[in-house]
Amino acid sequence: MSHADATAAIPEVSGRLVDGGHLSELRTDPVALLERIRSECGPVGSFDLAGRRVVVVTGAEANEWYFRAPEEELDQAEAYPFMKPIFGEGVVFDASPERRREMLHNQALRDRYMRGHAETIAREVDAMVAPWTVGPDEPAGAGGDIDLLDFFAELTIYTSSSCLIGRKFRDSLDERFAGLYHDLERGTDALAFVDPYADIESFHQRDRARAELVELVGAVMDERAAAGAPDAEDRDLLDVLMSIRNDDGSLQFGPDIVTGIFISMMFAGHHTTSTTASWTLLELLRHPDQLAAVVAELDELAADSADQGLDLTYQSLREMPLLESAIKEALRLHPPLILLLRVAQIDVEVGGFRIPAGDLVGATPAVSNRSPEAFVDPESFDLGRYLDPRAEDLANPWDWIPFGAGRHRCVGAAFAMMQLKAIFAVLLNRFRFELAQDPDSYRTDHSKMVVQLAQPCRVRWTTRTGADA
Amino acid sequence: MSWRIVVDDDLCQGHGVCESEAPAVFSVSKAGDLTVHSATPADAERAAVELAVKYCPTHALTIIEE
Repeated sequence: MSHADATAAIPEVSGRLVDGGHLSELRTDPVALLERIRSECGPVGSFDLAGRRVVVVTGAEANEWYFRAPEEELDQAEAYPFMKPIFGEGVVFDASPERRREMLHNQALRDRYMRGHAETIAREVDAMVAPWTVGPDEPAGAGGDIDLLDFFAELTIYTSSSCLIGRKFRDSLDERFAGLYHDLERGTDALAFVDPYADIESFHQRDRARAELVELVGAVMDERAAAGAPDAEDRDLLDVLMSIRNDDGSLQFGPDIVTGIFISMMFAGHHTTSTTASWTLLELLRHPDQLAAVVAELDELAADSADQGLDLTYQSLREMPLLESAIKEALRLHPPLILLLRVAQIDVEVGGFRIPAGDLVGATPAVSNRSPEAFVDPESFDLGRYLDPRAEDLANPWDWIPFGAGRHRCVGAAFAMMQLKAIFAVLLNRFRFELAQDPDSYRTDHSKMVVQLAQPCRVRWTTRTGADA
Repeated sequence: MSWRIVVDDDLCQGHGVCESEAPAVFSVSKAGDLTVHSATPADAERAAVELAVKYCPTHALTIIEE
């Protein structure tokens, strides 16, 4: 990038308040703040986070610099202070790319394990919708309604715990775990940049929820300790952690640290997948022609499979281009993370500006994913943008960034995509959905750093059988 | 017309999809390090390498025609 004028001051976006700078806007309407940085300041701008500068880069060139920067320049470890009270002491939020690659292996996200996860996910979706159905001969037209946030948040607790920790641990969970986990996610107010333990209700609720999760996990550990050592084939990650002992025979990892490990393993893949599932369904319901095309794609796959049902294999899940495009559009228009952050470790230069060590540096999927330079008609939901020859995501790898990009790109992206495909392959094959509210009433709640769908967010379902299926 | 494989090391995270698709060309160690056994494999490997390129979760692989 140009180093010609590296002494120029980085422009600051309008709207700074004497009290807290732009913190209150970040806590209420962060997308407007980020969009204004792009429009007022260009590819390198800044805002004031209660006295600390946050430099925000946008555009393909600056984003590529950002995502290729090594740890020694931009580090993620200290960038998210709101995560520490959630994970707890002794559980790291981030690790070096080298360590992340080892974790990929350990966390069963590698390709060779992915094949088994497809089946696990389909089983969990079936279990969630079991109460909706009375059996294979159920009459068409049976129906009800669900709250999307509650439904997908619970489902993705089961899928992620089952795939990442083990089915045995998942089977010891019920909706209480999902409810408490949701309280943790709500405890991510940007006020944490000033004080992660500030006296506000969402932080107190976060801390109570974490303590209750430790109790739930502790009870599971007590049961297992009483039951004795399991068979080797029956061991899940919890058994492995419980088998590690100190010299005096006591557990090396007690309930608090085990809970922290599980919370951190599941965190990145939970609210993100849940929110994306909701928006995929909502956007398809808002675009009936595109929904019909996706359903037709799934029906064709079901008709092709020998046993008259959708055979959700790893390979079949790779071959659903329209469903995949729908998920990608939901991710592009409603990215579950709107601002990615790093801390400058040394003075760095981008776009002719010098960023001093210590500044927070951000990239923003919320703005980049809608770049008019990269995407045709960027505000529209259009499955066609991912199909050959347009392939707008592959053509714009530094603007299509719902998973981030480069060294820190979400390591669970492939798992997430497979999981979302498996969820919709089951749901859309067996049920018909419709909006239960005004189409414009569904929106994202941006009051926390972990964004979620605002409630109420209800949709109706009816079974799809006989002539309809 | 020959072809070769280019890896963007900034993007590779060691998922091992390439190894599943084209085991004669790629291997990924337990620690996640990628080894490309031949950057200019035989044409018989072309179809498998194309699948590795297509399904690489981080789009770290490219085929260059030369």
